[in-house]
Amino acid sequence: MTLELPHPPAPENQAGQAVPALSLRGLAKRFGDKIAVDGISLDVPAGSFYGIVGPNGAGKTTTLSMATGLLRPEFGTAFVHGVDVWKRPLEAKKLMGILPDGVRLFDRLTGEQLVSYAGLLRGMDKGVVATRVRELLAALDLGPDAGTLVVDYSAGMTKKIALASALIHAPRLLVLDEPFESVDPVSAANIRDILDRYVASGGTVIVSSHVMDLVQRMCDHVAVVAAGRVLAAGTVDAVRAGATLEDRFVQLVGGRNHTEGLEWLRTF
Amino acid sequence: MVAHLLRLKLTLLRNSVRRSPWQLVGLGIGTLYALGLVGLGITGLLFLRGADAGVAQTVVVLGGAAALLGWAVVPVAASAADLTLDPARFTTFAVPMPQLLTGLALGGLIGIPGTATTLVALGTVGTWSWSLPGVAGALVGAFLGVLSCIVLSKVVTTATAGLASSRRFKDASAVIFLIPLVLMGPIVAGVAEGIAGSGDFLTGLARTLSWTPAGAAWSLGGEMAAGSYGAAAIKFLIALATLAGLALCWKALLQRALVTPPYAGTFRKRAGGLGFFGLFPATPTGAVAARCLSYWLRDPRYSGSLVVVPLLPVLFLFQATQTGSYGMLLFVGPLTAFLLAWSISTDVSYDNTAFALHLSTGISGVQDRLGRAVACLVFALPVVLALSALPFLLGADWQLLPGVLGLSLGVLFSGLGLSSVVSARYTAAVPLPGDSPFKKPPGNVAQTLAVQFGGMGVLLLLVVPETALLVAQFVTGSAVPGWINLVLGPVLGLALFAAGVRLGGKWLDARGPELLAQLAVNR
Repeated sequence: MTLELPHPPAPENQAGQAVPALSLRGLAKRFGDKIAVDGISLDVPAGSFYGIVGPNGAGKTTTLSMATGLLRPEFGTAFVHGVDVWKRPLEAKKLMGILPDGVRLFDRLTGEQLVSYAGLLRGMDKGVVATRVRELLAALDLGPDAGTLVVDYSAGMTKKIALASALIHAPRLLVLDEPFESVDPVSAANIRDILDRYVASGGTVIVSSHVMDLVQRMCDHVAVVAAGRVLAAGTVDAVRAGATLEDRFVQLVGGRNHTEGLEWLRTF
Repeated sequence: MVAHLLRLKLTLLRNSVRRSPWQLVGLGIGTLYALGLVGLGITGLLFLRGADAGVAQTVVVLGGAAALLGWAVVPVAASAADLTLDPARFTTFAVPMPQLLTGLALGGLIGIPGTATTLVALGTVGTWSWSLPGVAGALVGAFLGVLSCIVLSKVVTTATAGLASSRRFKDASAVIFLIPLVLMGPIVAGVAEGIAGSGDFLTGLARTLSWTPAGAAWSLGGEMAAGSYGAAAIKFLIALATLAGLALCWKALLQRALVTPPYAGTFRKRAGGLGFFGLFPATPTGAVAARCLSYWLRDPRYSGSLVVVPLLPVLFLFQATQTGSYGMLLFVGPLTAFLLAWSISTDVSYDNTAFALHLSTGISGVQDRLGRAVACLVFALPVVLALSALPFLLGADWQLLPGVLGLSLGVLFSGLGLSSVVSARYTAAVPLPGDSPFKKPPGNVAQTLAVQFGGMGVLLLLVVPETALLVAQFVTGSAVPGWINLVLGPVLGLALFAAGVRLGGKWLDARGPELLAQLAVNR
């Protein structure tokens, strides 16, 4: 990690242009022999609703972890509104709200306590935290379960309470890893409304997802990631080039095997 | 099919070891420990060969009945049932019931508890090896007895599966189970006293038990060796009927359980108070302290240690009444301080990946360290002060109080400082959130042991000044070193505490992501 690879200049150097909400510069990470992320550079414009799609094991979660300060990259770095996440982590983390995938929560707290905890850890005022927690829980349909321990929540409710913890400090950038997994359609629609309004008022949202339809409908920008590299990035319309995002994705990523054999499956 | 199930169990066992060589080391340590116990048991049984046949019979029958009881109670009480071959995972495979039952029962033999019980049961063959019929009887008895143990354990775990899967039951049982475990010494001593006082009673009890399902199998060897073949035949039938009855029960329960998966009912609660969050100041440090304190009460992995604390003086008092000397009781305060302060040395490991929240909110390392230590101090300080004073209320020399108080406070603060450093740097193999405190933790057991023992060694070095002063007071009989200790203990302790919080905080700031990556390995 002492070795410095030359990577594209930091966004501050690009005078005259709007500073992107998130820019990744040559991020790379290896786990043992497996290269999980192989030099990803990406600019997420401020005020965009950005989707990151990719097959399983493409390196989406690893990339987002490195972009948000949860996993130290071997090479490269990330900038949040021009602030280097790995050189000035405290400043960068103030600007971000993160919903990580596959990490536990402090689930022996009640939902209400957990969201308050996230706010208080960020040094917010007690009264502000109390008001926001109440409104967030109501908006995410968690009101009736606010006093239940998170460990007794269902998978979808757990996702929602983690989302509430990421929103409590009104960040400028939201990084959501698989936010709609196991969330019921009604709650998902409510969450989409919240995120749409957030983007409309100038916030930036990055979501990773498997569900192409959702990304096509919801996002204005998209990046297709596979095997730790960016295959395509830009506005959704530019990336899908007339086709549906799903078809374009399969075309980019490949790996469809035109199934032959398995004849026995039809012989019952 | 039975062979398939056994091979599956062996493969699962092998793969669990393959995840890292340290797992193998952990398994090795567990095996050595079990081997030691087994060796002790078998030696005892062989020793009984030369003893009076009546005594041997009493010991074997009572031991066997105790093993049966253990197999029934421990898996449920410790919520540590072996679920490597959880029958629920076979529901979709349409395995014929008889084969499934045989496979699961024999699978129960594979693993440390099963093997250990089998070996000790076979040891009874040695006890009766002076008589050929005795050997035959003991072999059959061991076979029936061990299988009964395993099937009984399956019956109990299947019957209570619904109950045991509820979180509240798991939390409560794990903590309550600690109480007899901690008081094992006094209980064993009490029982031993009972044996010494009323040998006849135990002989009678063993004789009665040997006619019941609990002891029939284990008494076969003795009856055959004594030549009472009639009694042996009847007991064989009793033992066989026991096993058959248990197997039928298990089959019925399993058939029902397979089609009615356990449902852990939850009830919803509207927003209530914020608990400790309302009591602590609304700062990051206060929030961490409030969260940790909630965990001390709600998480059985923490509250387990809280249950142990009031039992410590009981243990020491018992020891004092046995030996007639209150010398050890003097140290119940410093010892409690040591235990409580050291208990947060694995704090971050207990958080597991939930620690990501601390990392993503950008809380500073010092605030994190301080909050955790304060949560422990809130109850540890009054408890340690009270326990330090306790021996003097019971008649110890009041002259020693200042010295003991100084040592207690020194140990408490230095320990919290050291724990703050250790938990910022090393992760430990601890039970995962939601698991029983008794469950074998995943991960690097050997490193955990090294860090834990190394850390305790360092803590002993850190409190050398306080200890030396207390020793000086004992030797010289002068009160002066005691009063010096009362000042030095807290001062030195607080200095080390501050240093520990700062160093731990610095390390946490520098290595937060690396620490989270280590935690993620043991997810």
